[in-house]
Amino acid sequence: MMDVGRHSKINLLTYSEIENIGGYIGNFQVTVRKKARYVDEKECNACAECEKVCPVVAADEFQEGFSLRKAIYMPFPQAVPSVYILDDKDCLGHNPIACGKCAEVCEKNCIDFDMKDEIITLNVGAIITATGMDVYDPTEMNEYGYTQYENVVTSMEFERLISAGGPTEGHFIRPTDRETPKRIAFIQCVGSRSNSPIGNPYCSNICCMNTIKDSLLLMDHYPGIEITVFYIDIRAFGKGFEDLYQRSKQAGVRYIRGLPGEIFENSKTKNLSMLVEDTVANTVTDFEFDMVVLSVGVIPRRDSDTIQRLLTLSTTTDGFFMESHPKLKPVDAPTGGVFLAGCAESPKDVKDSVTQASAAAARAQILLNAGKISVQAITSQVLTDLCTGCQVCVKVCPFHAITGGDAKLKIPVEIVEAACQGCGTCAAECNFDALLMRHFEDKQIISQIDAITSENPSEKVVVFACNWCSYGGADLAGLSRMQYPTSQRVIKTMCSGRVDSKFVLHAFEKGAPILLVSGCHYADCHYIDANRWTVKRVDKLWDKLERLGIRPERLQLEWISAAEGQKWANTMKDLEKMRAQVTQEEIEYTMKVLKEDREKSEARKKKKAEMKESVKEIPIDVIA
Amino acid sequence: MSNEKRIGVFVCECGSNIAGSLDCEAVREYAEGLPDVVCSVVNKYTCAEPGQQEIKKYIKEYNLNRVVVASCSPRMHEPTFRNCVAEAGLNPYLMDMANIREHCSWAHLNNWDGATEKAKDIVKVSVARTRYLRPQEETELSVIKEVLVVGGGVAGIQASLDLADAGYQVNLIEKEASIGGLMAALDKTYPTMDCSI
Repeated sequence: MMDVGRHSKINLLTYSEIENIGGYIGNFQVTVRKKARYVDEKECNACAECEKVCPVVAADEFQEGFSLRKAIYMPFPQAVPSVYILDDKDCLGHNPIACGKCAEVCEKNCIDFDMKDEIITLNVGAIITATGMDVYDPTEMNEYGYTQYENVVTSMEFERLISAGGPTEGHFIRPTDRETPKRIAFIQCVGSRSNSPIGNPYCSNICCMNTIKDSLLLMDHYPGIEITVFYIDIRAFGKGFEDLYQRSKQAGVRYIRGLPGEIFENSKTKNLSMLVEDTVANTVTDFEFDMVVLSVGVIPRRDSDTIQRLLTLSTTTDGFFMESHPKLKPVDAPTGGVFLAGCAESPKDVKDSVTQASAAAARAQILLNAGKISVQAITSQVLTDLCTGCQVCVKVCPFHAITGGDAKLKIPVEIVEAACQGCGTCAAECNFDALLMRHFEDKQIISQIDAITSENPSEKVVVFACNWCSYGGADLAGLSRMQYPTSQRVIKTMCSGRVDSKFVLHAFEKGAPILLVSGCHYADCHYIDANRWTVKRVDKLWDKLERLGIRPERLQLEWISAAEGQKWANTMKDLEKMRAQVTQEEIEYTMKVLKEDREKSEARKKKKAEMKESVKEIPIDVIA
Repeated sequence: MSNEKRIGVFVCECGSNIAGSLDCEAVREYAEGLPDVVCSVVNKYTCAEPGQQEIKKYIKEYNLNRVVVASCSPRMHEPTFRNCVAEAGLNPYLMDMANIREHCSWAHLNNWDGATEKAKDIVKVSVARTRYLRPQEETELSVIKEVLVVGGGVAGIQASLDLADAGYQVNLIEKEASIGGLMAALDKTYPTMDCSI
C-alpha cells in the first residue's frame, strides 16, 4: 500500500468515482469525479489535532461499527494517502457559531469547508477493472439471529475483534459482557451454496480457509479455547491449504459436518444453543456456545453496475464480471482493452487476487508495449450515388459517427471512420441501400439466407445472433454440452441492429418457417443502445406480418447474453416446437403474399424513379 | 485478380470434439460439390501448426482466393486463421469460419446423422457467404501509453504497481478515502498467517 502512495508513476485518486468512459481499446476517455474531502491532501500531515477537537462522533466503518470515530478522521492508521477526511454528513459545518473547531486548530490551514468536487479527465489506453466484492449480509437469515443476538458476529467482524489494530486491541471478547469466550462456534457457508432464495448458490471460495485461519489465531491467542466448526464440506484445495487444515485439527479444533437449523439465545447468559445433526457420526447433539461466528460468503459489488454499463461488461449468473473466455482468456474482459483482476471476476483470496492482477497487468502491457492496435475493418461506408441525404442514419447511429447530409440539396452523408464501431444499424435503417456495412454487406447476408433456404427450408429455423452476446451464448451452450434440436441455422451479425427488415422478409419469402432475432440484453448492447432500433424494427415487422395475414409469432425476438448458454439451448428447443407447428400451407401462403408485396413495392419504386427522370427532362422554361 | 472464385474448405476433426459426433468425411465430400469450391480437406486439428501449414500449402497449390475453415467458434480462432491465410498472401477477410463445433457437434452429441446434415448446411452457408467476401484493410490506431485501474483493493494495488514498475503512467481510482479495500480490514491472511497490510 505504501509503495502505491509514493510511486512516481502512480496517480492515486482516492475518494473518487468514475462518471463516464468513452472511446475504445487504446483510446479511452475517462471522466472522474474526485469528491471533496474538505482536507487539503497535499498539506495534511496527519497531526491529528483536528480529530481531538471535533465534537461529533460516528460509528467507525473500518472497525465494523465496534468503535467510534470523529466527523473528521483518518480512515484507519495505515491509510494511503495518510490524510484526514471530513465526513460532510456528520460534520456540523463551518458556521462559526455551530462549530469550525477543526479549522481553528489546523496549523497548516488544510481544512476547507468550501472545497468542491473536482472533475478530472483522463486519457488511457487500457483499463483494469478491480472493483472487488462485498461481504454477504446475513441479517435476512432469521434462523441464525444475526443482529438479534449480539454474540452472533460475522467473520468480518471477527477480523476486527482479533486484530491488534482493532477496537479491542486484539483482545477477543464477546460483545454482551466483554469477556473472552471459552466456547466458540463457526458456521460455514452462510449465504453461500444455498438452494433457497436466501443467499447465493455459488461457493464463495475463501470462507473455509478463512475459518481455519481464524481457528488457529484463536488457538494461538487463547490456548485451551474450545472451537467447533460446522460445515458442509471443507474445501482446502490450494497450496498449503490442507496442511493448515490438518494443523487446525491437530490443535484441537472440532470439525462437525452439519449445519444448525436455528440458533437460540439464553436470555440470561446470552449464550447460544443449537441442535445440529452430525452427518458423519449420524448423531444429533444439542450444543451451547458463548459466541457464534458466521462465516459469511462474498457477493458482487453492489455498486458495480455503473462500471459494467460504461464498459459494456457482462456478468455471469452469479453476478460477477464475465471474462472473455473462461479458460483461455480469464483476465480479458469481452470489451477490448479492458482487463479483470481480483474479486470483480469471482470470489478469490489474496494470493489469487494478486496472481490475477499481475496477469491482467501483463496482458495490458502487451497492448501498451505494441503502442498501436489494428481495428477490424468493419465500418460503414456511404455509397454517395445512392444516398439521398435523408439523414435517417444520422439519427440512428449510436456513436454520432455519421454527419452532414441534406435531402433538399441532395448532399450525401459522411462517415467518421474512427468513430464508427460497425454495428450496422445505419445500413439496416437506410431505405435506399446507400450504406455499405463492410464485411456484413446485404448480399453477403442474403446469400447466407439463400443457402439456408435452398433445401428443405421448412425444417430449419433461421437465427440472427449478435457477435457479442447471443452468438457467445450459443458458444457457451455448446461449450457446456447443452443439447438442443439440430434445426437452427445461425447467421452472425456484429449487432442485432444490423438485421435489416429485408433480411427477415426475404427469409420468410424463401420459405423459412420460424425466424429469431437475438441480441444483447437491453442495457448490455455493445453498441450503446443500437438494439433499441432492433426492437423498433421488429415491432414494425410484426405489424406488417399481421397486416399481410402472416402470424407475427413466427418472428421471434430474444435477448440472450454470452453467459446464458442455458437460455440459448431452451430458446432453441422452444423454436423447434414452434417450427413443427408451422404448416406447409402457411409457408406457401407467406411466400406468395410476400412476393406480391415485394413486387408491388418494387414497381412503386420504379415508377417513382421514372417520374423523377421525366421531371428532370422537362426544360425549366416550360415549367415556368 | 481475376473474378474467378476459388474456395478451399478445411474441415477440422478437432480430435474427437467434432469427429466424435459427426461424419467429417461426409462434410468434406459435400463441400467439394458446392459452387466455387476447388478443394476440400479434413484435418485432425486445423488450428495446430500442421493444419495451418496445410491451409497455406493448398492456398498455393490450388491458387485459392477464399478459405472456409469448418471448425470451432470464430470467437475462438478467427484471429488464428486470419493470420494463417494472411501469411499465405491472402487478405485475412477472405477467410470465413463455419462453426461446426460449439454450434453443432457439442450441441448434438448423440445425433450423428442430424449433426452431420447440420454441419453440411453450416459449411454451405459459409461457402455462400465467402463467395461474396471482399478484401478489407484494417486501420491502425495508436495506443495511449497510460492505464486506468479501477479499485484500490489488493488486486488494484498489485496491477498498479506492476504496470508502474514497467514504466507506464497509472491512474488508480479508489472510491473510498484510502486504498486497501477489504484486505486492509483483515487481521492475518492464510495460509502463511501473516499481516494483511
